[in-house]
Amino acid sequence: MGQDTPIDKAAVMPLDDIIVEIRNMTFTRGTRQIFDDISLKIPRGRITAIMGPSGTGKTTLLKLIGGQLNPDSGQILLDDQNIPTLNRRDLFIVRERMGMLFQSGALFTDMNVFDNVAFPIRVHTDLPEEMIRDVVLMKLQAVGLRGATALMPSELSGGMARRVALARAISLDPDIVMYDEPFTGQDPIAMGVLVNLIKKLNQALGHTSIIVSHDIQETLSIADYIYVLSDGKVIAEGTPEVLKQQDSEQVRQFVDGLPDGPVPFHYPAPQLMEELMEGGVFK
Amino acid sequence: MILDKLQRLGHRGLSRCAAFGRSGQILFQSIVARPAPVMMFPLLIKQIYFVGVLSLVIIVVSGAFIGMVLGLQGYTILVDYGSEQAVGQMVALSLLRELAPVVTALLFAGRAGSALTAEIGLMKATEQLASLEMIGVDPYRRIIAPRLYAGFICMPLLSMIFAVVGIWGAALVAVDWLGIHSGAYWANMQQAVDFREDVLNGLIKAVVFGFIVTWIAVYQGYDCVPTSEGISQATTRTVVYASLAVLGFDFVLTALMFGDL
Ligand SMILES: Nc1ncnc2c1ncn2[C@@H]1O[C@H](COP(=O)(O)OP(=O)(O)OP(=O)(O)O)[C@@H](O)[C@H]1O
Ligand SMILES: [Mg+2]
Repeated sequence: MGQDTPIDKAAVMPLDDIIVEIRNMTFTRGTRQIFDDISLKIPRGRITAIMGPSGTGKTTLLKLIGGQLNPDSGQILLDDQNIPTLNRRDLFIVRERMGMLFQSGALFTDMNVFDNVAFPIRVHTDLPEEMIRDVVLMKLQAVGLRGATALMPSELSGGMARRVALARAISLDPDIVMYDEPFTGQDPIAMGVLVNLIKKLNQALGHTSIIVSHDIQETLSIADYIYVLSDGKVIAEGTPEVLKQQDSEQVRQFVDGLPDGPVPFHYPAPQLMEELMEGGVFK
Repeated sequence: MILDKLQRLGHRGLSRCAAFGRSGQILFQSIVARPAPVMMFPLLIKQIYFVGVLSLVIIVVSGAFIGMVLGLQGYTILVDYGSEQAVGQMVALSLLRELAPVVTALLFAGRAGSALTAEIGLMKATEQLASLEMIGVDPYRRIIAPRLYAGFICMPLLSMIFAVVGIWGAALVAVDWLGIHSGAYWANMQQAVDFREDVLNGLIKAVVFGFIVTWIAVYQGYDCVPTSEGISQATTRTVVYASLAVLGFDFVLTALMFGDL
Protein backbone atom coordinates (compact mmCIF):
# COMPACT_ATOMS: atom_id res chain seq x y z
CA MET A 1 0.00 0.00 0.00
CA GLY A 2 1.09 3.53 -0.55
CA GLN A 3 2.91 3.24 -3.85
CA ASP A 4 1.80 6.03 -6.13
CA THR A 5 0.79 4.32 -9.29
CA PRO A 6 -0.95 6.44 -11.91
CA ILE A 7 -3.98 4.18 -11.62
CA ASP A 8 -4.17 4.97 -7.93
CA LYS A 9 -4.28 8.66 -8.75
CA ALA A 10 -6.95 8.36 -11.37
CA ALA A 11 -9.02 7.29 -8.42
CA VAL A 12 -12.59 6.29 -8.04
CA MET A 13 -13.87 9.62 -6.85
CA PRO A 14 -13.75 12.59 -9.12
CA LEU A 15 -12.17 15.79 -7.86
CA ASP A 16 -15.30 17.77 -8.61
CA ASP A 17 -17.50 16.10 -6.01
CA ILE A 18 -17.23 18.77 -3.35
CA ILE A 19 -17.87 18.17 0.34
CA VAL A 20 -16.73 21.47 1.83
CA GLU A 21 -16.89 24.70 -0.05
CA ILE A 22 -15.75 28.07 1.19
CA ARG A 23 -17.22 31.00 -0.68
CA ASN A 24 -15.87 34.53 -0.52
CA MET A 25 -14.98 34.26 3.12
CA THR A 26 -13.42 37.14 5.00
CA PHE A 27 -12.12 36.79 8.53
CA THR A 28 -10.49 39.38 10.75
CA ARG A 29 -8.85 38.89 14.10
CA GLY A 30 -8.48 42.14 16.00
CA THR A 31 -7.20 44.49 13.35
CA ARG A 32 -5.41 41.83 11.34
CA GLN A 33 -7.21 40.50 8.33
CA ILE A 34 -6.46 36.80 8.18
CA PHE A 35 -8.58 35.86 5.17
CA ASP A 36 -9.46 38.26 2.43
CA ASP A 37 -12.37 37.09 0.31
CA ILE A 38 -11.04 33.57 0.04
CA SER A 39 -12.76 30.74 -1.85
CA LEU A 40 -11.80 27.10 -1.93
CA LYS A 41 -13.28 23.66 -2.42
CA ILE A 42 -12.46 20.41 -0.66
CA PRO A 43 -13.21 17.34 -2.81
CA ARG A 44 -15.05 14.45 -1.18
CA GLY A 45 -13.15 11.29 -0.33
CA ARG A 46 -9.81 12.84 -1.17
CA ILE A 47 -6.79 14.18 0.66
CA THR A 48 -6.54 17.92 0.42
CA ALA A 49 -3.50 19.69 1.77
CA ILE A 50 -3.38 23.24 3.02
CA MET A 51 0.08 24.71 3.00
CA GLY A 52 1.52 28.09 3.63
CA PRO A 53 3.91 30.02 5.82
CA SER A 54 3.52 29.94 9.58
CA GLY A 55 0.91 32.39 10.80
CA THR A 56 -1.09 32.66 7.57
CA GLY A 57 -4.15 31.14 9.19
CA LYS A 58 -4.14 27.45 8.36
CA THR A 59 -5.22 26.46 11.86
CA THR A 60 -7.73 29.29 11.75
CA LEU A 61 -9.14 27.86 8.53
CA LEU A 62 -9.70 24.46 10.13
CA LYS A 63 -11.40 26.09 13.10
CA LEU A 64 -13.65 28.01 10.74
CA ILE A 65 -14.63 24.80 9.00
CA GLY A 66 -15.30 23.22 12.39
CA GLY A 67 -17.53 26.13 13.33
CA GLN A 68 -15.42 27.23 16.28
CA LEU A 69 -14.89 30.63 14.75
CA ASN A 70 -17.34 32.66 12.71
CA PRO A 71 -16.29 34.47 9.56
CA ASP A 72 -17.04 38.18 9.10
CA SER A 73 -18.69 37.41 5.80
CA GLY A 74 -18.99 34.65 3.27
CA GLN A 75 -20.15 31.05 3.43
CA ILE A 76 -18.65 27.80 4.61
CA LEU A 77 -20.75 25.04 3.12
CA LEU A 78 -20.64 21.46 4.26
CA ASP A 79 -22.90 19.53 1.92
CA ASP A 80 -25.04 22.65 1.42
CA GLN A 81 -25.29 23.40 5.14
CA ASN A 82 -23.84 26.81 5.88
CA ILE A 83 -21.82 26.22 9.04
CA PRO A 84 -21.68 29.80 10.39
CA THR A 85 -25.47 30.05 10.42
CA LEU A 86 -26.13 26.76 12.20
CA ASN A 87 -27.46 26.96 15.74
CA ARG A 88 -25.57 25.33 18.55
CA ARG A 89 -27.45 22.08 18.44
CA ASP A 90 -27.16 21.54 14.69
CA LEU A 91 -23.50 22.48 14.89
CA PHE A 92 -22.89 19.69 17.38
CA ILE A 93 -24.69 17.26 15.11
CA VAL A 94 -22.56 18.32 12.15
CA ARG A 95 -19.42 17.95 14.21
CA GLU A 96 -20.14 14.29 14.82
CA ARG A 97 -19.16 13.86 11.18
CA MET A 98 -15.83 15.58 11.74
CA GLY A 99 -12.65 14.54 13.47
CA MET A 100 -9.95 17.01 14.24
CA LEU A 101 -6.37 16.55 15.26
CA PHE A 102 -5.39 19.73 17.06
CA GLN A 103 -1.98 21.23 16.57
CA SER A 104 -1.35 20.88 20.30
CA GLY A 105 -2.86 17.40 20.55
CA ALA A 106 -5.40 18.59 23.14
CA LEU A 107 -5.70 15.27 24.95
CA PHE A 108 -7.91 15.27 28.04
CA THR A 109 -5.43 15.43 30.87
CA ASP A 110 -7.68 13.70 33.39
CA MET A 111 -8.04 10.51 31.32
CA ASN A 112 -5.51 7.92 30.28
CA VAL A 113 -4.69 7.11 26.67
CA PHE A 114 -7.34 4.43 26.38
CA ASP A 115 -10.15 6.62 27.72
CA ASN A 116 -9.08 9.50 25.54
CA VAL A 117 -9.45 7.42 22.41
CA ALA A 118 -12.64 5.79 23.70
CA PHE A 119 -14.22 9.11 24.64
CA PRO A 120 -15.87 10.00 21.30
CA ILE A 121 -17.18 6.45 20.95
CA ARG A 122 -18.66 6.42 24.44
CA VAL A 123 -20.29 9.78 23.92
CA HIS A 124 -21.87 9.07 20.57
CA THR A 125 -22.64 5.36 20.55
CA ASP A 126 -24.14 2.74 22.83
CA LEU A 127 -21.60 0.09 21.97
CA PRO A 128 -20.86 -2.46 24.69
CA GLU A 129 -17.59 -2.00 26.51
CA GLU A 130 -15.88 -5.02 24.87
CA MET A 131 -16.49 -3.61 21.42
CA ILE A 132 -15.23 -0.21 22.43
CA ARG A 133 -12.13 -1.93 23.74
CA ASP A 134 -11.55 -3.64 20.41
CA VAL A 135 -12.03 -0.47 18.40
CA VAL A 136 -9.74 1.54 20.66
CA LEU A 137 -7.01 -1.10 20.58
CA MET A 138 -7.22 -1.22 16.80
CA LYS A 139 -6.90 2.51 16.49
CA LEU A 140 -3.99 2.58 18.90
CA GLN A 141 -2.36 -0.30 17.08
CA ALA A 142 -2.61 1.71 13.87
CA VAL A 143 -0.57 4.52 15.41
CA GLY A 144 1.82 2.11 17.13
CA LEU A 145 0.75 2.85 20.69
CA ARG A 146 -1.27 -0.19 21.72
CA GLY A 147 1.15 -0.70 24.58
CA ALA A 148 0.52 2.78 25.96
CA THR A 149 -3.15 2.43 26.91
CA ALA A 150 -2.62 2.92 30.63
CA LEU A 151 -0.38 5.99 30.39
CA MET A 152 -1.65 9.44 31.28
CA PRO A 153 -1.15 12.25 28.75
CA SER A 154 1.49 13.81 30.99
CA GLU A 155 3.56 10.65 30.63
CA LEU A 156 3.67 10.83 26.82
CA SER A 157 6.27 12.45 24.63
CA GLY A 158 5.13 15.17 22.23
CA GLY A 159 5.16 12.86 19.23
CA MET A 160 3.31 10.12 21.11
CA ALA A 161 0.66 12.54 22.36
CA ARG A 162 0.03 13.64 18.81
CA ARG A 163 -0.38 10.07 17.64
CA VAL A 164 -2.85 9.38 20.44
CA ALA A 165 -4.72 12.50 19.42
CA LEU A 166 -4.77 11.20 15.88
CA ALA A 167 -6.20 7.90 17.06
CA ARG A 168 -8.87 9.83 18.94
CA ALA A 169 -9.68 11.99 15.92
CA ILE A 170 -10.39 8.90 13.81
CA SER A 171 -11.95 6.72 16.50
CA LEU A 172 -15.50 7.32 15.25
CA ASP A 173 -14.52 6.97 11.59
CA PRO A 174 -15.74 10.47 10.74
CA ASP A 175 -16.52 11.63 7.21
CA ILE A 176 -14.06 14.46 7.39
CA VAL A 177 -10.80 14.33 9.27
CA MET A 178 -8.81 17.51 9.74
CA TYR A 179 -5.18 17.00 10.63
CA ASP A 180 -3.36 20.05 11.92
CA GLU A 181 0.31 19.27 11.36
CA PRO A 182 0.18 15.53 12.01
CA PHE A 183 3.83 14.96 11.16
CA THR A 184 5.40 17.53 13.43
CA GLY A 185 7.66 16.00 16.04
CA GLN A 186 7.61 12.48 14.56
CA ASP A 187 10.72 10.46 13.91
CA PRO A 188 11.21 9.21 10.33
CA ILE A 189 9.68 5.81 11.10
CA ALA A 190 6.57 7.19 12.76
CA MET A 191 6.29 9.75 9.99
CA GLY A 192 6.26 7.02 7.36
CA VAL A 193 3.66 5.11 9.37
CA LEU A 194 1.44 8.16 9.72
CA VAL A 195 1.68 9.04 6.04
CA ASN A 196 0.60 5.51 5.18
CA LEU A 197 -2.11 5.53 7.82
CA ILE A 198 -3.69 8.73 6.56
CA LYS A 199 -3.57 7.43 3.05
CA LYS A 200 -4.98 4.07 4.03
CA LEU A 201 -7.86 5.60 5.99
CA ASN A 202 -8.64 7.76 3.05
CA GLN A 203 -8.64 4.91 0.56
CA ALA A 204 -10.19 2.17 2.64
CA LEU A 205 -12.87 4.15 4.39
CA GLY A 206 -13.32 7.04 2.01
CA HIS A 207 -12.61 9.69 4.63
CA THR A 208 -12.19 13.17 3.32
CA SER A 209 -8.92 14.36 4.76
CA ILE A 210 -7.72 17.90 5.16
CA ILE A 211 -4.07 18.09 6.09
CA VAL A 212 -2.21 21.14 7.25
CA SER A 213 1.46 20.47 7.04
CA HIS A 214 4.85 21.98 6.52
CA ASP A 215 6.45 18.71 5.48
CA ILE A 216 6.45 19.30 1.77
CA GLN A 217 7.72 15.98 0.53
CA GLU A 218 5.31 13.93 2.66
CA THR A 219 2.41 16.18 1.80
CA LEU A 220 3.09 16.15 -1.92
CA SER A 221 3.35 12.38 -1.78
CA ILE A 222 -0.14 11.79 -0.36
CA ALA A 223 -2.25 14.82 -1.26
CA ASP A 224 -4.65 14.71 -4.17
CA TYR A 225 -5.08 18.45 -4.19
CA ILE A 226 -3.13 21.27 -2.61
CA TYR A 227 -3.92 24.84 -1.66
CA VAL A 228 -1.10 27.22 -0.85
CA LEU A 229 -2.18 30.15 1.28
CA SER A 230 -0.31 33.33 1.90
CA ASP A 231 -1.37 36.77 3.07
CA GLY A 232 -5.03 35.82 3.35
CA LYS A 233 -5.29 34.56 -0.20
CA VAL A 234 -4.91 31.35 -2.12
CA ILE A 235 -1.72 31.91 -4.07
CA ALA A 236 -1.67 28.54 -5.77
CA GLU A 237 -3.72 25.39 -6.04
CA GLY A 238 -3.69 22.17 -7.94
CA THR A 239 -2.62 18.56 -7.89
CA PRO A 240 0.94 17.83 -6.73
CA GLU A 241 2.08 17.39 -10.31
CA VAL A 242 0.69 20.75 -11.31
CA LEU A 243 2.23 22.44 -8.31
CA LYS A 244 5.62 20.91 -8.89
CA GLN A 245 5.58 22.35 -12.38
CA GLN A 246 4.38 25.78 -11.34
CA ASP A 247 6.95 28.38 -12.07
CA SER A 248 5.38 31.21 -10.09
CA GLU A 249 8.15 32.38 -7.85
CA GLN A 250 6.00 32.28 -4.71
CA VAL A 251 5.09 28.67 -5.19
CA ARG A 252 8.58 27.62 -6.19
CA GLN A 253 9.88 29.14 -3.02
CA PHE A 254 7.41 27.16 -1.00
CA VAL A 255 7.73 23.86 -2.77
CA ASP A 256 11.51 24.05 -2.78
CA GLY A 257 11.69 25.47 0.73
CA LEU A 258 13.85 28.49 -0.01
CA PRO A 259 14.34 31.04 2.74
CA ASP A 260 14.34 34.04 0.40
CA GLY A 261 11.65 34.98 -2.02
CA PRO A 262 8.31 36.69 -2.31
CA VAL A 263 6.61 34.67 0.46
CA PRO A 264 7.36 36.57 3.64
CA PHE A 265 9.11 34.66 6.40
CA HIS A 266 8.43 37.53 8.79
CA TYR A 267 5.23 38.56 10.52
CA PRO A 268 4.28 41.97 9.05
CA ALA A 269 6.63 44.58 10.55
CA PRO A 270 8.39 47.79 9.60
CA GLN A 271 11.80 47.45 8.00
CA LEU A 272 14.29 46.05 10.48
CA MET A 273 16.75 48.91 9.98
CA GLU A 274 14.02 51.52 10.50
CA GLU A 275 12.88 49.94 13.74
CA LEU A 276 16.40 49.59 15.05
CA MET A 277 17.07 53.23 14.19
CA GLU A 278 13.94 54.30 16.08
CA GLY A 279 15.27 52.65 19.19
CA GLY A 280 18.12 55.14 19.04
CA VAL A 281 20.94 52.64 19.33
CA PHE A 282 22.24 53.44 15.87
CA LYS A 283 21.58 57.17 15.94
CA MET B 1 -7.88 65.17 28.61
CA ILE B 2 -11.18 64.86 30.44
CA LEU B 3 -12.82 63.56 27.31
CA ASP B 4 -10.11 60.99 27.09
CA LYS B 5 -10.78 59.83 30.62
CA LEU B 6 -14.50 59.81 30.02
CA GLN B 7 -13.97 57.70 26.96
CA ARG B 8 -11.86 55.23 28.87
CA LEU B 9 -14.48 55.09 31.60
CA GLY B 10 -17.16 54.40 29.03
CA HIS B 11 -15.05 51.71 27.45
CA ARG B 12 -14.50 50.07 30.82
CA GLY B 13 -18.16 50.24 31.61
CA LEU B 14 -19.04 48.64 28.32
CA SER B 15 -16.55 45.81 28.71
CA ARG B 16 -17.82 45.19 32.24
CA CYS B 17 -21.34 44.96 30.89
CA ALA B 18 -20.19 42.56 28.21
CA ALA B 19 -18.45 40.46 30.85
CA PHE B 20 -21.66 40.35 32.84
CA GLY B 21 -23.49 39.24 29.75
CA ARG B 22 -21.01 36.47 29.07
CA SER B 23 -21.12 35.21 32.63
CA GLY B 24 -24.90 35.19 32.47
CA GLN B 25 -24.72 33.26 29.25
CA ILE B 26 -22.49 30.63 30.82
CA LEU B 27 -24.93 30.22 33.66
CA PHE B 28 -27.85 30.02 31.30
CA GLN B 29 -26.26 27.63 28.81
CA SER B 30 -25.00 25.24 31.42
CA ILE B 31 -27.91 25.10 33.84
CA VAL B 32 -31.09 26.56 32.53
CA ALA B 33 -30.96 25.72 28.86
CA ARG B 34 -30.41 21.99 28.80
CA PRO B 35 -29.98 20.06 31.99
CA ALA B 36 -28.96 16.43 31.46
CA PRO B 37 -29.28 14.79 34.85
CA VAL B 38 -28.56 11.18 33.88
CA MET B 39 -25.33 11.70 32.03
CA MET B 40 -24.18 14.17 34.61
CA PHE B 41 -24.47 12.07 37.72
CA PRO B 42 -21.03 10.40 37.74
CA LEU B 43 -19.41 13.68 36.72
CA LEU B 44 -21.23 15.44 39.52
CA ILE B 45 -20.03 12.94 42.11
CA LYS B 46 -16.47 13.42 40.95
CA GLN B 47 -16.76 17.19 41.18
CA ILE B 48 -18.38 17.02 44.61
CA TYR B 49 -15.31 15.08 45.65
CA PHE B 50 -12.93 17.68 44.22
CA VAL B 51 -14.85 20.74 45.31
CA GLY B 52 -16.33 19.54 48.58
CA VAL B 53 -14.48 16.62 50.08
CA LEU B 54 -11.07 18.04 49.41
CA SER B 55 -12.11 21.32 51.07
CA LEU B 56 -13.17 19.46 54.18
CA VAL B 57 -9.85 19.54 55.98
CA ILE B 58 -9.37 23.28 55.74
CA ILE B 59 -13.01 23.85 56.77
CA VAL B 60 -12.83 21.56 59.79
CA VAL B 61 -9.52 22.93 61.02
CA SER B 62 -10.56 26.56 60.57
CA GLY B 63 -13.93 25.85 62.17
CA ALA B 64 -12.30 24.33 65.22
CA PHE B 65 -9.88 27.21 65.69
CA ILE B 66 -12.44 29.91 65.14
CA GLY B 67 -14.78 28.19 67.59
CA MET B 68 -12.03 27.99 70.16
CA VAL B 69 -11.13 31.64 69.75
CA LEU B 70 -14.79 32.63 70.03
CA GLY B 71 -15.16 30.61 73.20
CA LEU B 72 -12.10 32.20 74.74
CA GLN B 73 -12.94 35.76 73.72
CA GLY B 74 -16.58 35.36 74.68
CA TYR B 75 -15.61 34.07 78.07
CA THR B 76 -13.17 36.90 78.86
CA ILE B 77 -15.73 39.53 77.90
CA LEU B 78 -18.79 37.93 79.53
CA VAL B 79 -17.03 36.97 82.74
CA ASP B 80 -16.77 40.67 83.67
CA TYR B 81 -20.57 40.82 83.74
CA GLY B 82 -20.85 37.51 85.50
CA SER B 83 -22.76 36.03 82.62
CA GLU B 84 -20.14 33.65 81.27
CA GLN B 85 -22.86 30.98 81.00
CA ALA B 86 -24.14 32.87 77.95
CA VAL B 87 -21.01 32.02 76.00
CA GLY B 88 -22.71 29.03 74.39
CA GLN B 89 -25.50 31.17 73.07
CA MET B 90 -23.12 33.84 71.83
CA VAL B 91 -20.90 31.37 70.03
CA ALA B 92 -23.77 29.54 68.41
CA LEU B 93 -25.53 32.66 67.20
CA SER B 94 -22.45 34.30 65.74
CA LEU B 95 -21.39 31.11 64.04
CA LEU B 96 -24.76 30.18 62.62
CA ARG B 97 -25.75 33.64 61.49
CA GLU B 98 -22.46 35.06 60.27
CA LEU B 99 -19.18 33.34 60.69
CA ALA B 100 -19.95 29.91 59.32
CA PRO B 101 -21.35 31.03 55.96
CA VAL B 102 -18.95 33.95 55.50
CA VAL B 103 -15.70 32.32 56.56
CA THR B 104 -16.59 29.10 54.78
CA ALA B 105 -17.30 31.06 51.61
CA LEU B 106 -13.99 32.91 51.86
CA LEU B 107 -12.06 29.69 52.42
CA PHE B 108 -14.09 28.02 49.70
CA ALA B 109 -13.15 30.78 47.26
CA GLY B 110 -9.50 30.35 48.09
CA ARG B 111 -9.45 26.58 48.07
CA ALA B 112 -12.07 25.38 45.59
CA GLY B 113 -12.76 28.55 43.58
CA SER B 114 -9.17 29.14 42.58
CA ALA B 115 -8.75 25.46 41.70
CA LEU B 116 -11.84 25.56 39.50
CA THR B 117 -10.64 28.65 37.66
CA ALA B 118 -7.16 27.26 37.11
CA GLU B 119 -8.47 23.91 35.96
CA ILE B 120 -10.93 25.31 33.45
CA GLY B 121 -8.43 27.93 32.28
CA LEU B 122 -5.85 25.26 31.65
CA MET B 123 -8.37 23.19 29.74
CA LYS B 124 -9.00 26.21 27.58
CA ALA B 125 -5.31 26.94 27.07
CA THR B 126 -4.54 23.36 26.05
CA GLU B 127 -7.50 23.35 23.64
CA GLN B 128 -9.28 20.62 25.58
CA LEU B 129 -12.47 22.66 25.55
CA ALA B 130 -12.14 23.24 21.81
CA SER B 131 -11.53 19.57 21.20
CA LEU B 132 -14.58 18.65 23.28
CA GLU B 133 -16.60 20.92 21.04
CA MET B 134 -15.16 19.30 17.95
CA ILE B 135 -16.01 15.85 19.29
CA GLY B 136 -19.55 17.15 19.52
CA VAL B 137 -19.79 17.46 23.28
CA ASP B 138 -20.99 20.69 24.77
CA PRO B 139 -18.38 21.87 27.29
CA TYR B 140 -21.04 23.86 29.12
CA ARG B 141 -22.80 20.66 29.98
CA ARG B 142 -19.84 18.40 30.39
CA ILE B 143 -17.36 20.70 32.15
CA ILE B 144 -19.17 23.74 33.51
CA ALA B 145 -22.51 22.40 34.71
CA PRO B 146 -21.23 19.64 37.04
CA ARG B 147 -18.81 22.08 38.64
CA LEU B 148 -21.52 24.66 39.20
CA TYR B 149 -23.86 22.12 40.76
CA ALA B 150 -21.09 20.69 42.89
CA GLY B 151 -20.36 24.17 44.24
CA PHE B 152 -24.03 24.86 45.00
CA ILE B 153 -24.38 21.56 46.82
CA CYS B 154 -21.13 21.60 48.75
CA MET B 155 -21.10 25.12 50.09
CA PRO B 156 -24.14 24.81 52.44
CA LEU B 157 -22.90 21.43 53.66
CA LEU B 158 -19.45 22.79 54.35
CA SER B 159 -20.95 25.77 56.12
CA MET B 160 -22.98 23.47 58.36
CA ILE B 161 -19.94 21.40 59.17
CA PHE B 162 -18.04 24.57 59.95
CA ALA B 163 -20.72 25.69 62.42
CA VAL B 164 -20.89 22.31 64.14
CA VAL B 165 -17.13 22.02 64.51
CA GLY B 166 -16.96 25.63 65.70
CA ILE B 167 -19.54 25.08 68.41
CA TRP B 168 -17.71 21.97 69.48
CA GLY B 169 -14.38 23.87 69.53
CA ALA B 170 -15.91 26.59 71.69
CA ALA B 171 -17.27 23.95 74.06
CA LEU B 172 -13.80 22.47 74.29
CA VAL B 173 -12.40 25.81 75.48
CA ALA B 174 -15.32 27.12 77.53
CA VAL B 175 -16.47 23.91 79.20
CA ASP B 176 -13.46 21.63 79.38
CA TRP B 177 -10.79 24.24 79.88
CA LEU B 178 -12.40 27.31 81.47
CA GLY B 179 -14.85 25.26 83.50
CA ILE B 180 -18.26 26.61 82.52
CA HIS B 181 -20.96 24.19 83.50
CA SER B 182 -21.65 22.09 80.46
CA GLY B 183 -25.39 21.99 81.15
CA ALA B 184 -25.50 25.80 81.15
CA TYR B 185 -23.47 26.00 77.94
CA TRP B 186 -25.74 23.69 75.96
CA ALA B 187 -29.05 24.65 77.53
CA ASN B 188 -28.48 28.35 76.96
CA MET B 189 -27.61 27.63 73.36
CA GLN B 190 -30.64 25.44 72.82
CA GLN B 191 -32.94 28.03 74.23
CA ALA B 192 -31.51 30.97 72.31
CA VAL B 193 -31.13 29.47 68.85
CA ASP B 194 -34.21 29.56 66.70
CA PHE B 195 -34.33 27.14 63.80
CA ARG B 196 -35.94 29.41 61.26
CA GLU B 197 -34.39 32.66 62.37
CA ASP B 198 -30.82 31.47 62.82
CA VAL B 199 -30.14 28.08 61.28
CA LEU B 200 -32.22 28.53 58.16
CA ASN B 201 -31.08 32.08 57.50
CA GLY B 202 -27.46 30.97 57.85
CA LEU B 203 -28.10 28.19 55.37
CA ILE B 204 -29.70 30.59 52.92
CA LYS B 205 -26.61 32.72 53.12
CA ALA B 206 -24.42 29.71 52.47
CA VAL B 207 -26.46 28.75 49.42
CA VAL B 208 -26.22 32.26 48.01
CA PHE B 209 -22.48 32.47 48.67
CA GLY B 210 -21.90 29.06 47.16
CA PHE B 211 -23.72 30.19 44.04
CA ILE B 212 -21.74 33.42 43.79
CA VAL B 213 -18.31 31.91 44.41
CA THR B 214 -18.74 29.00 42.01
CA TRP B 215 -20.25 31.16 39.33
CA ILE B 216 -17.40 33.66 39.50
CA ALA B 217 -14.79 30.88 39.55
CA VAL B 218 -16.25 29.05 36.58
CA TYR B 219 -16.77 32.21 34.58
CA GLN B 220 -13.24 33.46 35.20
CA GLY B 221 -11.83 30.13 34.09
CA TYR B 222 -13.95 29.92 30.97
CA ASP B 223 -13.35 33.52 29.97
CA CYS B 224 -9.65 33.78 30.76
CA VAL B 225 -6.92 34.64 28.29
CA PRO B 226 -5.59 31.17 27.47
CA THR B 227 -1.98 31.69 28.47
CA SER B 228 -0.16 30.92 31.69
CA GLU B 229 -0.23 34.60 32.58
CA GLY B 230 -3.92 34.87 31.78
CA ILE B 231 -4.72 31.87 33.95
CA SER B 232 -2.80 33.21 36.92
CA GLN B 233 -4.58 36.55 36.61
CA ALA B 234 -7.94 34.85 36.34
CA THR B 235 -7.22 32.80 39.46
CA THR B 236 -6.34 35.93 41.40
CA ARG B 237 -9.47 37.64 40.13
CA THR B 238 -11.60 34.72 41.26
CA VAL B 239 -10.37 34.97 44.83
CA VAL B 240 -10.60 38.77 44.97
CA TYR B 241 -13.98 39.16 43.28
CA ALA B 242 -15.52 36.21 45.07
CA SER B 243 -14.37 37.43 48.49
CA LEU B 244 -15.62 40.95 47.88
CA ALA B 245 -18.90 39.71 46.50
CA VAL B 246 -19.41 37.43 49.50
CA LEU B 247 -18.79 40.24 51.98
CA GLY B 248 -21.00 42.63 50.07
CA PHE B 249 -23.85 40.17 49.73
CA ASP B 250 -23.47 39.25 53.37
CA PHE B 251 -24.35 42.78 54.34
CA VAL B 252 -27.32 42.88 52.02
CA LEU B 253 -28.62 39.53 53.22
CA THR B 254 -28.08 40.41 56.86
CA ALA B 255 -29.99 43.64 56.39
CA LEU B 256 -32.83 41.75 54.75
CA MET B 257 -32.93 38.97 57.34
CA PHE B 258 -32.25 40.70 60.60
CA GLY B 259 -32.68 44.39 59.70
CA ASP B 260 -36.31 44.85 60.77
CA LEU B 261 -35.74 45.02 64.50
N1 LIG C 1 -6.62 33.81 19.64
C1 LIG C 1 -6.09 34.66 18.76
N2 LIG C 1 -6.30 35.98 18.88
C2 LIG C 1 -5.79 36.84 17.99
N3 LIG C 1 -5.05 36.50 16.94
C3 LIG C 1 -4.81 35.19 16.75
C4 LIG C 1 -5.31 34.21 17.66
N4 LIG C 1 -4.91 33.00 17.21
C5 LIG C 1 -4.21 33.22 16.09
N5 LIG C 1 -4.13 34.54 15.81
C6 LIG C 1 -3.47 35.14 14.65
O1 LIG C 1 -4.01 34.55 13.52
C7 LIG C 1 -3.00 34.31 12.57
C8 LIG C 1 -3.14 32.93 12.02
O2 LIG C 1 -2.95 31.98 13.07
P1 LIG C 1 -2.96 30.45 12.78
O3 LIG C 1 -2.77 29.76 14.09
O4 LIG C 1 -4.16 30.10 11.99
O5 LIG C 1 -1.66 30.25 11.88
P2 LIG C 1 -1.11 28.95 11.19
O6 LIG C 1 -1.15 29.19 9.72
O7 LIG C 1 -1.80 27.76 11.72
O8 LIG C 1 0.40 28.96 11.66
P3 LIG C 1 1.34 27.72 12.08
O9 LIG C 1 1.79 27.10 10.83
O10 LIG C 1 2.46 28.38 12.80
O11 LIG C 1 0.52 26.84 12.95
C9 LIG C 1 -1.68 34.58 13.24
O12 LIG C 1 -1.12 35.70 12.63
C10 LIG C 1 -1.98 34.86 14.66
O13 LIG C 1 -1.26 36.00 15.06
MG1 LIG D 1 -1.34 26.24 12.95
